[in-house]
Amino acid sequence: MSDTPPLTLRVNGEEHALAVDPSTPLVYVLRNALGLTAAKAGCGLEQCGACAVLVDGVSTLSCATPAAAFAGRDIVTCEGLGRPGQPGPVQQAFVEEGAGQCGYCIPGLVVAVTGLLNAHPDPDDAAVRAALAPHLCRCGSHPRVLRAVGRAVKARP
Amino acid sequence: MTSSSLEEHPAVDDWIRLDADGHVTVLSGKVELGQRISTAVAAIAAAELRVVPERVRVAAVTTGEAPDEGMTSGSNSIEHSGEAVRLAAATARRHLLALAAEALATPADALELADGIVRARGANRSARYHELLPDGRFGIPVDTGIDDPPAALDPVQARRLRARRAEALATGTEVFVQDLVRPGMLHARVVRPPHAHATLVELDRAAAAMEGVHLVREGSFVAVAADDEHAALRAAARVAALARWDPGDGLDAGDVFQRLRDNPRDSLLVVHGTPVDDPIPDPDPPPPDAVVTLEAVYERPYQMHGAIGPSAALAHLRDGHLEVWTHSQGVYPLRQSLAEVLGMAPERVRLTHVPGPGCYGHNGADDAVLDAALVARALPGRPVLLKWSREDEHAFEPYAPAMAVVMRGSVDGQGRIRGWSHDAFSDTHLARPRPGPGGVGPARLLSARWLPDPPPPFVPQPARGNHTGIHRNADPYYDLGPRRVVKHLVRGLPHRTSATRTLGGFANVLAIECFLDELAHGAGLDPLRLRLEHLADPRARTLLERVAQQIGWHGGKGADGTGRGLAFARYKNRQAYVAAAVEVRVDDAAQVHLVRAVLAADAGRIVDADGLASQLEGGFLQAASWTLCEQVIWDSGGITSRDWDGYSILGFDNVPEITVDLVDHPHEPPLGAGEAACGPAGAAIANAVFDATGLRVRRLPITAQALRAAAMA
Repeated sequence: MSDTPPLTLRVNGEEHALAVDPSTPLVYVLRNALGLTAAKAGCGLEQCGACAVLVDGVSTLSCATPAAAFAGRDIVTCEGLGRPGQPGPVQQAFVEEGAGQCGYCIPGLVVAVTGLLNAHPDPDDAAVRAALAPHLCRCGSHPRVLRAVGRAVKARP
Repeated sequence: MTSSSLEEHPAVDDWIRLDADGHVTVLSGKVELGQRISTAVAAIAAAELRVVPERVRVAAVTTGEAPDEGMTSGSNSIEHSGEAVRLAAATARRHLLALAAEALATPADALELADGIVRARGANRSARYHELLPDGRFGIPVDTGIDDPPAALDPVQARRLRARRAEALATGTEVFVQDLVRPGMLHARVVRPPHAHATLVELDRAAAAMEGVHLVREGSFVAVAADDEHAALRAAARVAALARWDPGDGLDAGDVFQRLRDNPRDSLLVVHGTPVDDPIPDPDPPPPDAVVTLEAVYERPYQMHGAIGPSAALAHLRDGHLEVWTHSQGVYPLRQSLAEVLGMAPERVRLTHVPGPGCYGHNGADDAVLDAALVARALPGRPVLLKWSREDEHAFEPYAPAMAVVMRGSVDGQGRIRGWSHDAFSDTHLARPRPGPGGVGPARLLSARWLPDPPPPFVPQPARGNHTGIHRNADPYYDLGPRRVVKHLVRGLPHRTSATRTLGGFANVLAIECFLDELAHGAGLDPLRLRLEHLADPRARTLLERVAQQIGWHGGKGADGTGRGLAFARYKNRQAYVAAAVEVRVDDAAQVHLVRAVLAADAGRIVDADGLASQLEGGFLQAASWTLCEQVIWDSGGITSRDWDGYSILGFDNVPEITVDLVDHPHEPPLGAGEAACGPAGAAIANAVFDATGLRVRRLPITAQALRAAAMA
C-alpha cells in the first residue's frame, strides 16, 4: 500500500496520517492501525452496536463504513472518554452500577450513552431505550446499563 | 468441608503464591466468563490472608501452571475453586503466623495481621509475609480440617475490588482474545462450507492466489491469512466464491419436534436425579378421585449461545511447541483433544485463557482454537489470530439442543398431585471437547471432520451423572410422592449441539413449572398454593412467598392483557434456590412486554452479593430471550439464521424492572447460582402470558405469531 496516499483521521483529538486501504471499515483502522481496541467488531453488519464510536459527538457504527468516509470528522472512541484511574463520567456511572459481565458490548454502550447525553442532557425512558436499541448484550447487563444512564444524568454538572 | 478441586491439588502452593513485590497471586483453574469468579476468589483470598484486595492478583489460567479444574461450567466454581482458595489461604495465614511467632519471638496469640504485615502486639517488631517466606513457597498441604469461620472483606474493600474489573470494561481497556497483538502476527479467517456435512470438491488455487495472502487447505478445511485484517476478510470472500462444495444429503429439514418423538433413542429411568437401568414403567393411570388429569408437551427449539463477538483464537507454532490463547471454558481438556488432532504431545501444547465475549456455554471458542492451530501449523513461526465471522458463529457454533418434554399428571380430590410423569427428549448437551477413548475429543472439534484423516463421528452416550445433561432438574424438587422421570437421548437429529447455560435444566423446569400451573388451573386451585402445598423445604417456601408478596400475587387471575406468573426451582436440586415472579403486558398486536420481575434467591452464604445479583439478572434476561425471541432456522441447504436479523435476541426495548431479593445464610456453604435463575424465569414468563391472555403457548419462542396461532386454534 506504499503508493496509497495517506488517509488522515482525527481520533481522540489527534490527527493521524495512515497508510491504509481507504476502503477498510473504520473499526479495523482504529483497532489495527491505531491500537484502539475498545470498539469491537461484532457482526460487520451494523446489527450489534459493539463497534460504536462518536463521530462529531454522535454515536456511529464503524464496522461497515469505509474509513475514508470519516476524513475531516471528529472521531472519539471509548478510550477517548477516560481511562482507568481517571474514567469519564459515563464510564464512572457504569463502574458504580457494575454494568457489564463479559464486557464485550460495554465500550459501545458507553459511547451510545455519551452520544445520547450530548444530544439530550435529561432523556426520558423512551429516548434512552431508543438510543440503546442498536446495541445487543448477551450476558443480560441491560438493567445495570439503564441504571448507569440514570446515574450519569444525575452526575452531570 | 472439602472440595473436589483440593483432592487433585492438595498443596497450598497449588493455589496461593507470595510474590517478592508483596503481592499475593491466586491460582484458580476456573476462568473468568463475566460471572466474576476472579473477583470472588480474589475477595476470598484477600479476606483470609488479611491483605487489601489491591495486593491480590488472579493469574490467567494457563495449562501447566494453574490447577486443573476441568471445565468452568455447571455453576460449580464458587463451591469448588472458591472453597479450595479459602482453605488454602486460611492454611497459608496460619503458617505465616507460626513462622512469625518464631521470627519475632512472640507467641502467636500476641501477633496481629494487617495487610501482609505481622506485628507483635505492643512491641516494635514486625515482619512482612514475603520476608517470612522468601521464596514464596509454602511447601505444605492445605489443611481441610480448618473450621475457622470464613472471613469476609469489609464492604469498602469489596467495592474497590469490584470496581477494578468494571473500570477495565467501561474504559475499553479489558483485553479480549480478539484484541491480542503479537509482532509479525497474521490475521486469519476460515472459509466454511454451506453446512457442517458438506465437503470441498474443488478450489482453484491459481484463481484464488492473491498477493500477500496465504491460502491454507487441509482436506475440506480452508482458511486464509494475511498481515492486514481487512485483506484477510476480502480474501475469505473471494475464496468462498471460488470454492465448490458437495452438500451431501444436506441438512434434514423435517419437523424436529416430530423427530424428537419418533427417532431412535436411548431411554433411561431417572431416580432421585440419577439415571438407572431399571425397566421404565408406564405412566400411572389417574387416581379414581382425580379432579383433573392432563398431558402436555413443552418444546424448546434449537437455540444459539449467541455471544456478541464471534469466536477467536491466537496460535503460534515455533520450535515444535504450540502456544494458544483462547476463551475456551476448559484449557486442560482442550489441550489434550487439540494435541490428539494435531498428533502432538500434550506437553508441547500450552493454552492460556484470555477473556472472550460471553454466553455461558460451549460456543465456537474451542473450535476456533483448532482452526487457528491448523493455520499456525501451515505457517510455522508466525503468530496467527484467527477470528470467526458473525456468519461462522451463527451457522457453526454447537447449539442448545431442541427439546420436547412430555408431562402427565392428575390432581386428586384432596388437592394432591398424583401420577407425576416427565419424559425429556433431546440430543446431547455434553459435547465439549473433553478427551476420551476412540478419538471422542477430536470428534467434538468442528474442523476435525474436514481433515484428510478425520476421527470417527462423535456418538454421544447417555450421561449417567446426577442432574447432568438432558435430565438436569427433570426430577422435581417438590414433594409429589411417586414420580416417573425418563430421559431420552434421541439419535439422528440435524445439528451439532452442546452445553448451554443450564443444559436440560431450562426446558425441564419450564415444563414442570408450566405444568404445575396447568394442573392448578385445571383443578381450580391457586398456582402458588398448589406449589406451597407440595413444598416442604422452608428455604424454598420462603422464596416463593417473598416473590408472590412483592409482585402483588392475586391468585392467578389476570386482568385483560396484563398477567402475572411465578415459578421456582432449586438448581440441580442441590445448588441455589430461585423463585421468579413476572408481570407482563400483551398488547393488541400480541407482543409480550416484560413489565416487572422479582427474583428471590438463596445461594447459601453470600460471597459477593452484587456479583450474585448480576448473575441472577443476567440469567433471567438470557432465559427471557430464549422464551420470547430465539429459534434457529434452517433448510436443507444450511442454516438460514446467519445474522442478528435472522436470529433475534432480547433487546433494550423489552427489559423489565428487575428486583433481586437475596436471602443470606452466613453459616451455610455457598451454593452455585450462575444458572439458577434461567428455568424459573422462562416458566414465570410463560405462566404470566397465560394469565394475561388465557393462551398457553407450549413451544418456544412465545412470539406474537405464536400467540396469534394459539388464539386461532
